[in-house]
Amino acid sequence: MNMIQALNSALDVMLERDPKVLIFGQDVGYFGGVFRVTDGLQARHGLTRCFDAPITEGGIVGAAIGMGAYGLRPVVEIQFADYIYPAYDQIVSEAAKLRYRSAGQFTAPLTVRSPYGGGIFGGQTHSQSPESLFTHIAGLKVVIPSNPHDAKGLLIAAIEDDDPVIFLEPKRIYNGPFEGWRDRPVSSWAGHPQAEVPEGYYAIPLGQAAIARGGEAVTVLAYGTMVHVALAAAAHCGIDAEVIDLRTLVPLDIETITESVRKTGRCVIVHEAPLTSGFGAELSALVQERCFYHLEAPIVRVTGWDTPYPHALEWDYFPGPERVAEALRHALSGEAV
Amino acid sequence: MTSASRPNKPVLSLHVPEPPRRPGEAPDFSGLILAEAGAVARPPVHAPAETLRDLPWTLIRVLDGQGRAVGPWNPGLDPETLTAGLKAMILTRTFDERMYRAQRQGKTSFYMKCTGEEAIACAQAGVLRREDMGFPTYRQQGLLIARGYPLVDMMHQIYSNAADPIKGRQLPIMYSSRAYGFFTISGNLGTQLPQAVGWAMASAYSGDDKIASAWIGDGATAEGDFHQALTFASVYRAPVLLNIVNNQWAISSFAGIAGAENTTFAAKGLAYGLPSLRVDGNDFLAVHAATAWAAERARSNLGATLIEFFTYRAAQHSTSDDPARYRPGDEAALWPLGDPIQRLKAHMIHEGIWSDGDHQSAEHEAQEAVRAAAREAEAVGTLGQSKVSSRTLFEDVFAQPDWRLRRQRQQLGV
Repeated sequence: MNMIQALNSALDVMLERDPKVLIFGQDVGYFGGVFRVTDGLQARHGLTRCFDAPITEGGIVGAAIGMGAYGLRPVVEIQFADYIYPAYDQIVSEAAKLRYRSAGQFTAPLTVRSPYGGGIFGGQTHSQSPESLFTHIAGLKVVIPSNPHDAKGLLIAAIEDDDPVIFLEPKRIYNGPFEGWRDRPVSSWAGHPQAEVPEGYYAIPLGQAAIARGGEAVTVLAYGTMVHVALAAAAHCGIDAEVIDLRTLVPLDIETITESVRKTGRCVIVHEAPLTSGFGAELSALVQERCFYHLEAPIVRVTGWDTPYPHALEWDYFPGPERVAEALRHALSGEAV
Repeated sequence: MTSASRPNKPVLSLHVPEPPRRPGEAPDFSGLILAEAGAVARPPVHAPAETLRDLPWTLIRVLDGQGRAVGPWNPGLDPETLTAGLKAMILTRTFDERMYRAQRQGKTSFYMKCTGEEAIACAQAGVLRREDMGFPTYRQQGLLIARGYPLVDMMHQIYSNAADPIKGRQLPIMYSSRAYGFFTISGNLGTQLPQAVGWAMASAYSGDDKIASAWIGDGATAEGDFHQALTFASVYRAPVLLNIVNNQWAISSFAGIAGAENTTFAAKGLAYGLPSLRVDGNDFLAVHAATAWAAERARSNLGATLIEFFTYRAAQHSTSDDPARYRPGDEAALWPLGDPIQRLKAHMIHEGIWSDGDHQSAEHEAQEAVRAAAREAEAVGTLGQSKVSSRTLFEDVFAQPDWRLRRQRQQLGV
């Protein structure tokens, strides 16, 4: 399966298993979503299980919170993560806080799915990576899969989770494991080991990172599309990097990170979101706090620039394998940035 | 700019609404859209929305100036219901006065009264079922009081003490009680409206028989959440009551700043295709009747109703506010729709089921109940004297705390 099919399978499985699960969002019903993730679900499960919503992201999330408080497990789609901001108040002030402010009387077990990230010539309103706007909020979990197998298992875990989960789908790798080379053919998921996706139910617990590539020279922390870019970069420059796919940012698998950096003594952090106050800043602080005496070089961050996501200059923005490879070399040399 | 650039046009000018009168001036109520008691027809609940388009432009009233209940909206309530409603309003006002004083005495940080608006929550509490879910603002404490929620638990919350049912997490008066059909109040205005619609959709989705009811102030109708909620309620025919409590003032901004110069708040439902009522909010019987009509529609799978309750915020917005700085001091006393407690009292006396003596007894009873609750709550402690364990700071962030919260709790040493 490609990532779209895997996500579709997760939703299909959960609609089948749990009558409390329902799906709504813009264009997700009859049509099956602009990225086809909900394709066929309305026809298979019925009109009220997977239906279209008006173009009002605040209304979509607000209604989902009410449904969650009633006892359902709504899964809503925000068509692009760039459109999530009108729902930000409902996510931050309401969904994230219900359990706390009501001392557990009311909870919001909803999953907000949203395609995010660039590399598709989407310009500034179809390319952003807003994960750190959510990792900063107490009460939210943030999940970002990097391959079809994980996407299915993590989405099922997110739906079953009793707290609100922001589930960001790297849309650049919906159809293939994009390595970030602008001038090379794009591969598909066909034949990829992580495209082997079981048909039925399985969950991947939130809070567990995966080691995408074992290595000894330097630890790379990445998630989403950038896992594939980091793997490509390591192969490109022949550095024996250990690439850790975080999979969930909150809760974070700090133990896997710590163990790896203590082993390699070097750390490169890669994300597509802008540098300043990005999730890399949090990772960098955590690694420094926990691995300071094991570090042999300054921690290096490779990120998008502190600019809006451009259209024509997308490839100047995107932190591709050459930039990541340069960071790996830098980490090995031990020079300060 | 030359005159040639704007032929036959006046110079543009920016309009900023201002209330008719300011402090020191006599109140002016000439612009209000009112109606005689009994004047508005009561359509059947299944009447299509397009036949109801006059209702947002008038005012549903039942109690007339002589204390009589007149017209087709008279709900014909029995004496027990009337007595319970009047006592709930008296208790709410007494509670408010006591807690306002408690704030002035430094026993808590903040309080908000609902003086003059008691009829809305107290009448609606009796129409809605406890299994239904209310999504209130901070001025519907009457819902809890009318349903017999323990006053002492409200006070524990107001004092943020060790017995606070929500563990000192929220500003005073931001109650939460799932068991009493009272959704956790948000300090962010308007957010509860789409949530109520979602709750109602969930009930309909589940083939349940429960409905939802949400409240919002006149000022907060300008929030996007209000329009999102009306869109959702209309599109999915959600079994929900969307109540606008138009008390004329949003802190210091008069309703004109929320658009009231150009339309009524009830009329905002028309463009969404929602039946929309405009109701005398100081008339217990009209509130009861309108709510029952809307609730019956919702329970009959006919969808949502928007109701504007026309009332007046007789008290200050909160203990942090001073209305003498922005509105005539006697506006509340001269409010043409009177006081809800006095009006229901006059009606019950007219009906021969109540007396001044009964009223005094009820007031005394309310004071005793509030005093007893206060004694009990203050024995636990007022704000700062008593609070929940510091360990609870880290609870309920998630169903299960992650390593960060466990570590941070250790750092705080608890």
